[in-house]
Amino acid sequence: MTTATTNGALSFDGIGMIFPDGTEALRDVTLSIAKGEFVTIVGPSGCGKSTLLRIASGLLDPTAGSVEVDRDRLGYVFQDATLLPWRTVRQNVELFAELHGFDSSERRSLSTAAIELVGLTGFEDHYPKSLSGGMRMRTSLARTLTLKPPLFLFDEPFGAVDEITREHLNEETQRLFQSEGFAGLFITHSIGEAVFMSTKVYVMSARPGRIVAGFDVAFSYPRHPELRFEPDFALLSGEISLALRGSHS
Amino acid sequence: MTLQASPESKTDAVAAPEEHAGAPADGQFAPELPDDAPKAYRVKSRRREAAETILPPVVLGMGVIAFWYYISFIVIDESRRFLMRPVHDVVAVGFLDSANLTEMLSGLWSSAKVALIGLAIAIAIGFFLATIMSQAKIVERAVFPFAVTLQAIPILAIVPLIGFWWGYGQTSRVVVCIIISLFPIIMNTLFGLLSADRSMHDLFTLHHSNRVTRLRKLMFPAALPAIFAGLRISAGLSVIGAIVGDFFFGRGEVGIGQLLRRYANNLQGEELLAAVMMSSALGIVVFWTFGWLQNLVIGKWHETVQK
Repeated sequence: MTTATTNGALSFDGIGMIFPDGTEALRDVTLSIAKGEFVTIVGPSGCGKSTLLRIASGLLDPTAGSVEVDRDRLGYVFQDATLLPWRTVRQNVELFAELHGFDSSERRSLSTAAIELVGLTGFEDHYPKSLSGGMRMRTSLARTLTLKPPLFLFDEPFGAVDEITREHLNEETQRLFQSEGFAGLFITHSIGEAVFMSTKVYVMSARPGRIVAGFDVAFSYPRHPELRFEPDFALLSGEISLALRGSHS
Repeated sequence: MTLQASPESKTDAVAAPEEHAGAPADGQFAPELPDDAPKAYRVKSRRREAAETILPPVVLGMGVIAFWYYISFIVIDESRRFLMRPVHDVVAVGFLDSANLTEMLSGLWSSAKVALIGLAIAIAIGFFLATIMSQAKIVERAVFPFAVTLQAIPILAIVPLIGFWWGYGQTSRVVVCIIISLFPIIMNTLFGLLSADRSMHDLFTLHHSNRVTRLRKLMFPAALPAIFAGLRISAGLSVIGAIVGDFFFGRGEVGIGQLLRRYANNLQGEELLAAVMMSSALGIVVFWTFGWLQNLVIGKWHETVQK
């Protein structure tokens, strides 16, 4: 069912998901993400967006359709930071490298680089309990960056942080997307976040989740915070919002 | 300014710089007194805080001792005073008489050894059972009712049976400790092992971790807070088990339980009370030790460790 991709980083073909209790979460979802693309899916809560990511990563098998993806070095950023509280920032960042059997000097250089990328240098020895929500999320990002995944799956990672922190994290994510060259599939219910970071935005309907609209986002990278005040930005956001409302009824 | 360090001058100096910092009346707080007013105020309130922490138990303790004297000298008749010897007699006979003290300390040491051996075996059995229960639901279902049954048996009801099977020596004492302290270890360890979030498990699943890695790097560290909560309960129970076992089993080394029994039979009121105090001191030391160990192991990262 899953094979290494040839042209795209990830493609869903006719994905359907009906849970054992009869809930239909997804219906006929077909979309693909190629290298160099950052695709965001916006949709109402409980529309099956997260289910789609679980299917992409192999945590869940769909009841219909197929996925094409290389799962060897998949980056998956969860809704919460999912840091291990008994590990320091550095030890958390090194976890994946550890699970993949890198030796300690390799782990150290990978974690040092990743911690620097997310701007947490100086906090290596802190435990998660003494970090803010935004810093925990940065640690989680750094942990995923260590393996240099060609594809990142983001499951509403910035939903729990405050607005200002979220904007900062959006800016850094699109900067990393540029500098690290990964493909991204991002799940959110914030339209502003979607438009700011993505090359493409898809709108998903309420359950059962279906893709009901797609928008290309043409703004050039790197994108600056001021982009949020541009008329074109507002216009596109408005169109997406309308599509989202249409899907709701 | 030479004789300023009088109590009267201090009462109205709350917000003023405390220049008489070196005055002997300030005790151990004197060197800490800073020059600016707000800090001086903070030091004062810290001293007050210390007093508020220490004073209540001290006052209550003195009240208890006073009540004790009241019972010893006023409530009970002199002919029955052995029932409640006055405090100074208990101290003199129980703690200051070297022969008695040696006897009690060696009894206490013997019981402490029994309690620790029993606890160590209970930890080994408990960890093993909890680990396999966490790995296979079917084992959990099989073992659980028996663990509950074991917990439900009143220890006094099976002490004769234990003596019947294992004799009246050290082995039986240790068995009592194991039985009484096993349940909290199994339950807390199992609960802890199963407490890791689903999303953390997903993390390990995504990176194709095997059972051993998952157990070692996720489930076991996640279980540590619960394990320590269980250990503190079990350590206390094990001390009780050692004393109860010793009380009933007469062979082998004489522990504190045997001494309690002998002192009671011989109407040695002073020794009896001293031995009771020492037994509770052992329980307290064990409880503290595990609290200290808990702080050492998980204090740095766990949110709710009590200092």
